[in-house]
Amino acid sequence: MWEFTTPRTIVTGEDSLEYLKVVEGKRALIVTDRVIHELGFVEKVAKYLKEAGMDVKVFDEVEPDPSIETVMKGAGVAKEYGPDWFVALGGGSCQDAAKAIWVLYERPDIEVGEISPLINLGLRKKARLISIPTTSGTGSEVTWAVVITDAKERRKMELASKETTADISILNPGFAFSMPPSLTADTGIDALTHAIEAYVSQWRNDFSDALAIKAIEIVFGYLPKSYRKPEDKEAREKMHYAATMAGLAFSNSQIGIAHAMGHSLGALFNIPHGRTVAVVLPYTIKYSAREAMGRYADIARVIGIKSESDQKAVDELIVAVRGLLQEVDEPRSIADIGISWENYRNELDGLVQRAMESTATIANPRVPTVEEYRKLFIYAFKGEEVDF
Amino acid sequence: MENKFKFPSEEWIRAFKEELNKNKAYEEAAKDWEGDFLFIATPDEGLEKESIFYVDLWHGKCRDAYMVPSREAKTTEFIYEGPYSNWKKLIAGEIDPIRGLLTRKFKVTGSMMKIMRYTKAASELVKTASKVPTEFV
Repeated sequence: MWEFTTPRTIVTGEDSLEYLKVVEGKRALIVTDRVIHELGFVEKVAKYLKEAGMDVKVFDEVEPDPSIETVMKGAGVAKEYGPDWFVALGGGSCQDAAKAIWVLYERPDIEVGEISPLINLGLRKKARLISIPTTSGTGSEVTWAVVITDAKERRKMELASKETTADISILNPGFAFSMPPSLTADTGIDALTHAIEAYVSQWRNDFSDALAIKAIEIVFGYLPKSYRKPEDKEAREKMHYAATMAGLAFSNSQIGIAHAMGHSLGALFNIPHGRTVAVVLPYTIKYSAREAMGRYADIARVIGIKSESDQKAVDELIVAVRGLLQEVDEPRSIADIGISWENYRNELDGLVQRAMESTATIANPRVPTVEEYRKLFIYAFKGEEVDF
Repeated sequence: MENKFKFPSEEWIRAFKEELNKNKAYEEAAKDWEGDFLFIATPDEGLEKESIFYVDLWHGKCRDAYMVPSREAKTTEFIYEGPYSNWKKLIAGEIDPIRGLLTRKFKVTGSMMKIMRYTKAASELVKTASKVPTEFV
């Protein structure tokens, strides 16, 4: 038995925000960040919510990699206001913060860290969730993942609950135009990594495969365009939807060691999430392919690589991934991000420990030992070919 | 002919303890773990009454493991339970322990925050169980 979990409704199109006009409710709390607010997106969304007859309040204090403290502050605002809709408006940080705030609003008896797929939260007694992503993207608008940073322990908590899947996801590609090139690249590669890891995961299934493969095809075709020509409407739209497809894929399969390593790097070095998975992706493909050669070869063929053997196809896939990363100016190694070897070496044990504890590790096609993770982190720092 | 241990039994859980303490992958995945369990097989498919193991896991090793007569006999930090038929599948490698929890084939009580950080250790625990030559009742 396996479950495929998705929002009740996913709305697409440049006029998709109009869907908000028909949502029934009394009070909507928009959870967002200051940048999104300053860009005028809050007003766009609020206008339609008010047309639907709702009162609207805004909590715009979400930071990148939202913290427990921010979530608790947001929950306090929600407790005072009493919304029956949460509206997550922004990138993955806003999406995840909104989910966590919603949980604490309905379950003030639990701690953030207790959000788990193994307990019944009993959500939807007080409110429901609308997710409107502005990046292309983490896919959080359709997933049940909730990543919140424990700043004290310097750890990204990989929380999850199917109940936190949005009721309504609104994919308005117009919001994606606001992304500067670096954000376009980081979030686009995050989407690619989701799709690749979902496709090769030990937990994959036909439903996640279909979405993953389509997302991979789109990212290879349209990310460079949306990076080089930010005004390219078609490219922006394709990437916006591909990110959601990739989110549905991994949410119903699982992420892998690129994310385990990425979460560790992000927690200890404050690197944007998309960049962390981008920099380790080729190394993790090389490592994992020993146990999933055929799956990676499938991906190679989908992006147009023609090879006589699976091994050659995978080798060329890695070249293609590196090529894509170069096209969107992602770093080739962790050293290229600007971290010193001394700092990195001092944090190596912590990186490895966090990766080992990640729920992403166990579903990877090849599960690293402590020593293998250590080597992966070192090779990815130095830019060396994985040879084990 | 290989000596098989009946599951569930005192001999089985002792064999499991021995096997677990040889498992280096478990040891490294659970090197910081402190916490004891009741593993409970609830009756179905040939098992007539609840069978309960006490397992004390500490920093990558199993300090003790034995059968107990009832749930009340030991207070533990965690309880992992499921029907006997699912335990058979788990030991045969047909159910992944974490997917088993996600699909409600097993239930766990205790700190979710803690347990979700040790999914690799959980996988190794189950792999170890699969290594014990087992005969089901």
